[in-house]
Amino acid sequence: MLDWPILSTVTFLPLIGVVLILLTSGKEESAARNARWVALWTTLFTFVISLFIWINFDNNTAAFQFVEKSSWLGNNINYHMGVDGISMLFIILTTFLMPLCILASWEAITVRVREYMIAFLVMECLMIGVFCALDMVLFYLFFEAGLIPMFLIIGIWGGGQRVYASFKFFLYTLIGSVLMLVAMITMYFIAGTTDIPTLINFSFDPHLQLWLWLAFFASFAVKVPMWPVHTWLPDAHVQAPTAGSVILAGVLLKMGGYGFLRFSIPMFPEGSEYFAPLVFALSVIAIIYTSLVALVQKDMKKLIAYSSVAHMGFITIGIFTFTQQGLEGGILQMISHGIVSGALFLCVGVVYDRLHTREISRYGGLVNRMPRYALIFLIFTMATIGLPGTSGFVGEFLILVGAYQVSTTVAFFATIGVILGAAYSLWLYRRVVFGELVKDDLKNIMDVGRREILIFAPLILVAFWIGIYPEPFLDVMHASVINLMDQHETAMQASKTILNAAK
Amino acid sequence: MMYVLIVFLPLLAALIAGLFGRAIGDRGSQLITSTAVIISAILSWVALYQIAFQQTTEVIELMTWIDSGDFDVDWMLRIDSLTAVMLVVVNTVSAVVHVYSIGYMSHDPHKPRFMAYLSLFTFAMLMLVTSDNFVQLYFGWEGVGLASYLLIGFWYKKPSANAAAIKAFVVNRVGDFGFALGIMGIYLVFDSVSFDDVFSAAPSQVGQHFEFLGYQVDVLTTLCLLLFVGAMGKSAQLGLHTWLPDAMEGPTPVSALIHAATMVTAGVFMVARCSPLFEYSPDALMVVTIVGASTCFFAATIGLVQNDIKRVIAYSTCSQLGYMFFALGIGAYPAAIFHLFTHAFFKALLFLSAGSVIHAVSDEQDMRNMGGLWKHIKVTYAMMWIGSLALAGIPPLAGYYSKDLIIESAFAAHTGVGEYAFWAGVAAALLTAFYSGRLIFMTFHGKPRASKEVMAHVHESPKVMLIPLGVLALGAIFAGMLFAPYMTGEEHYKEFWGASILMLENSTAMIDAHHVPLWVKLLPLVLGVFGIALTYQMYIRRTDIPVQLAKTHSALYQFLLNKWYFDELYDFVFVRPSKAIGRFLWTFGDGKVIDGLGPNGVAGRVLVLARRASQLQSGYVYHYAFAMLLGVVAFVSYFFFAGGH
Repeated sequence: MLDWPILSTVTFLPLIGVVLILLTSGKEESAARNARWVALWTTLFTFVISLFIWINFDNNTAAFQFVEKSSWLGNNINYHMGVDGISMLFIILTTFLMPLCILASWEAITVRVREYMIAFLVMECLMIGVFCALDMVLFYLFFEAGLIPMFLIIGIWGGGQRVYASFKFFLYTLIGSVLMLVAMITMYFIAGTTDIPTLINFSFDPHLQLWLWLAFFASFAVKVPMWPVHTWLPDAHVQAPTAGSVILAGVLLKMGGYGFLRFSIPMFPEGSEYFAPLVFALSVIAIIYTSLVALVQKDMKKLIAYSSVAHMGFITIGIFTFTQQGLEGGILQMISHGIVSGALFLCVGVVYDRLHTREISRYGGLVNRMPRYALIFLIFTMATIGLPGTSGFVGEFLILVGAYQVSTTVAFFATIGVILGAAYSLWLYRRVVFGELVKDDLKNIMDVGRREILIFAPLILVAFWIGIYPEPFLDVMHASVINLMDQHETAMQASKTILNAAK
Repeated sequence: MMYVLIVFLPLLAALIAGLFGRAIGDRGSQLITSTAVIISAILSWVALYQIAFQQTTEVIELMTWIDSGDFDVDWMLRIDSLTAVMLVVVNTVSAVVHVYSIGYMSHDPHKPRFMAYLSLFTFAMLMLVTSDNFVQLYFGWEGVGLASYLLIGFWYKKPSANAAAIKAFVVNRVGDFGFALGIMGIYLVFDSVSFDDVFSAAPSQVGQHFEFLGYQVDVLTTLCLLLFVGAMGKSAQLGLHTWLPDAMEGPTPVSALIHAATMVTAGVFMVARCSPLFEYSPDALMVVTIVGASTCFFAATIGLVQNDIKRVIAYSTCSQLGYMFFALGIGAYPAAIFHLFTHAFFKALLFLSAGSVIHAVSDEQDMRNMGGLWKHIKVTYAMMWIGSLALAGIPPLAGYYSKDLIIESAFAAHTGVGEYAFWAGVAAALLTAFYSGRLIFMTFHGKPRASKEVMAHVHESPKVMLIPLGVLALGAIFAGMLFAPYMTGEEHYKEFWGASILMLENSTAMIDAHHVPLWVKLLPLVLGVFGIALTYQMYIRRTDIPVQLAKTHSALYQFLLNKWYFDELYDFVFVRPSKAIGRFLWTFGDGKVIDGLGPNGVAGRVLVLARRASQLQSGYVYHYAFAMLLGVVAFVSYFFFAGGH
């Protein structure tokens, strides 16, 4: 344990970068350059500091660690931060992706660079906050406020239809969170606290749980996104700048899954148990439905966006199996998906920067001019397909193993998604990378440069690391996941006893 | 240490050639990869001696892989007799193919990439055969799939090669779908995925049931059948075979290594490895027999009429794999692996000889444009004869020992499916001889049908290609007679295989096969000779007969030529509907229903309002959204603040 508030440090460090950027002035160009460097160093520094969380993390306890608590609003609402084996890796994921995003925006963003960098740094602060917060109000603030920078990023630096996309994004998430807010207020009135660890141990009335569960579900399902509230995602991705997509796919979507793990399952065990079949049904539909839709996309980003929905379907299945393999697979798959789909969006970004189109038919035969790019793209295509040895496999397989124990039918249909996943991913790869290079505007296209290799190298490393030796990641989770399962088990036992007593 | 080297040398070589191919150059890549695999090959023969002939088993633990609760998987190498035989097959053929490729790919601009892929494949295949648990088996399984995908699509400019590569991967995924479900089922039932745990607990599961897709089903039969679906995909058995002929789009050395000798036999290996499961499920074995026997006959019929020299051999491979499967099905596992072993040599020989022919006639693959080549490429011609006679089962070549044993075992099984397999095998033996003869006569004899320019260019291949052929020819000639006593002989086979293959007391088909009536022993041989004689008659003396036959039986001819219309059927049943449904879900489901009812309605209104508002004021829509959100946040904060007091 450290004797300084590391979580707050990591959370608010990016804001120091914001201040620095605000302080810089000067001509448009030099200000932009300064903003880039400040943002890069800030995010890099934040990442290094955040690694101390992992290094000092105690794998053997399910309790919250690095806890900070001080009174904040009134008597009941505290500034309460802490992490456990479920949330810790998401912080690392966020701080890890951030410098890469800044690098990816290095040349792509030319207008309002200062504001752009500020938006990203604020975003980082809010995302880390979500995963650290141990008070509902604090969580809600971070969770909702995170919408704003994303909304701005899409709305200002996005593509042609950015306004439509940003509104769609905004509307969906807002409606979901209003319901969550109502549920939070209700919980506060009943339990008299907004403290998350306390609420986890509080048992709500089983009938009320169902409603509370649904209210939270509305918010998290949109975030994940689950079918049928997924349609904002393809539009948001298509319009967002590359780095925006990376954050969206890499971190924002994970908040939904994290929400299930932090709120729905521990606080409403009966609601979770009751609605698990619903989650399975929606997830299986999502997997098959969006995979089929992905098969016919003409826009690269849309295709990857739809594949994200399918992959997130696996994750929600894993989480609601309440088995160790399912839960750990779900968390690991979220990390892996953050890396892999982020990297895929970066791959699209590479060619988008050169040709300014995402239309698949405008490409073809890139391998002739871009062999390094072809290799990088191939690695991540294979990772998204879930080839053993890459990160995509471990999570997916654990999830399916977990699902199998609960319902062979769910596992069966989810596994069909694995076939379709291979089909649409390889089909995309083939149309973009393979073939003869015939199009005139591709004849002089340049292979990935040094900066781009710098972006991809760490992602490739992690994708293989998780694929070949996922122990360090799984070790972190064991204690917390087992604790979560035990809680769920105890709650289910208790309710059974009550039911039996009533009889 | 030796075993670790055998497996990881090819990986190392692949990485060096793949990542630094430009730095070390073509020659450097070829040297590194070939040397690494040749060392592995030599060590594999040492391993075969140490393991199978000294009756030991080595298990080497490398490191943990996935550990989640009871689901505990390690990276491990397990070398027993079965693995040792596979090591020899994989590394020997791979080494030969590596060397051959130096010559065959000499005009290709991407030599380092090609060599890297070959070595990568070798590594994946070695991981597959040395795995000690089902998940690592799956790793190797998918790894060879990846390498196969990359190598089929090696000439990425050809659309047909790309299509074939994707087809191979996706069709294999269909098989893997079953395989994966099988592995998960194994974990569900046995709480472990390691071979030792699962196999030792298998007898206790006999007759047990579990719920699968809402049905109560027999545990072992279900698991075995699921695993078998995976084997069918990889080994191109009836129904999932469609990718194999298309895979011939890849360079010929690839066809020899991956799509004849090694990868496609992974399914056979897997079933043999899982013999402790299959042995307790007679029903699953029956299915294996039927599928194998049907494939063996079905693929041979298609082989009769194909005109592409590589496709003939591809269908022949498919058919021979069928033999191996029905051998497994009737419980003659050693016979199946023995055939795998001999087949690897003569089939690789056939493919590489075909490559030598293709090389000679300026990349022509259509046999209708060949003919009369034997005078110009005599070594290749001789090699082709050795390979074909071995394939047709003419003594004393390798195929005679293994294939006849399988057919006799089917007879000796004395079961209904055994009889079916026997007759399918006998019929396929005739067809095999026929298409082999047809291939040779069409390619090498008769009048030259190639253009004058091509004929002027016809030349024998360089030594770097011919020596590998020679090595394989040695295998095709001697592998059968040398190893038959140990692998399948009554006295030695039990010691040879040790614990790596389980055969229950009542599965005696292979032993009884040594004591079948004389006519059973002679029938395949007689048919083989007859088949070749028949083709001599049809393709040398009376070349009008095939033409006449195709005309008079046009429907049958078309049916065979179009490969029983499997591709068309799948396209109609799976490919098109998937795309159509996808398009429908996208435009109608997502577009009309979800968006139409949800956000577009609402967003449309908001946009109108926002636009109006923006006309009045600053003009930036998002300012309002920003203000809106801040309002919400402020509201919430206030609420809690007030509530706190």
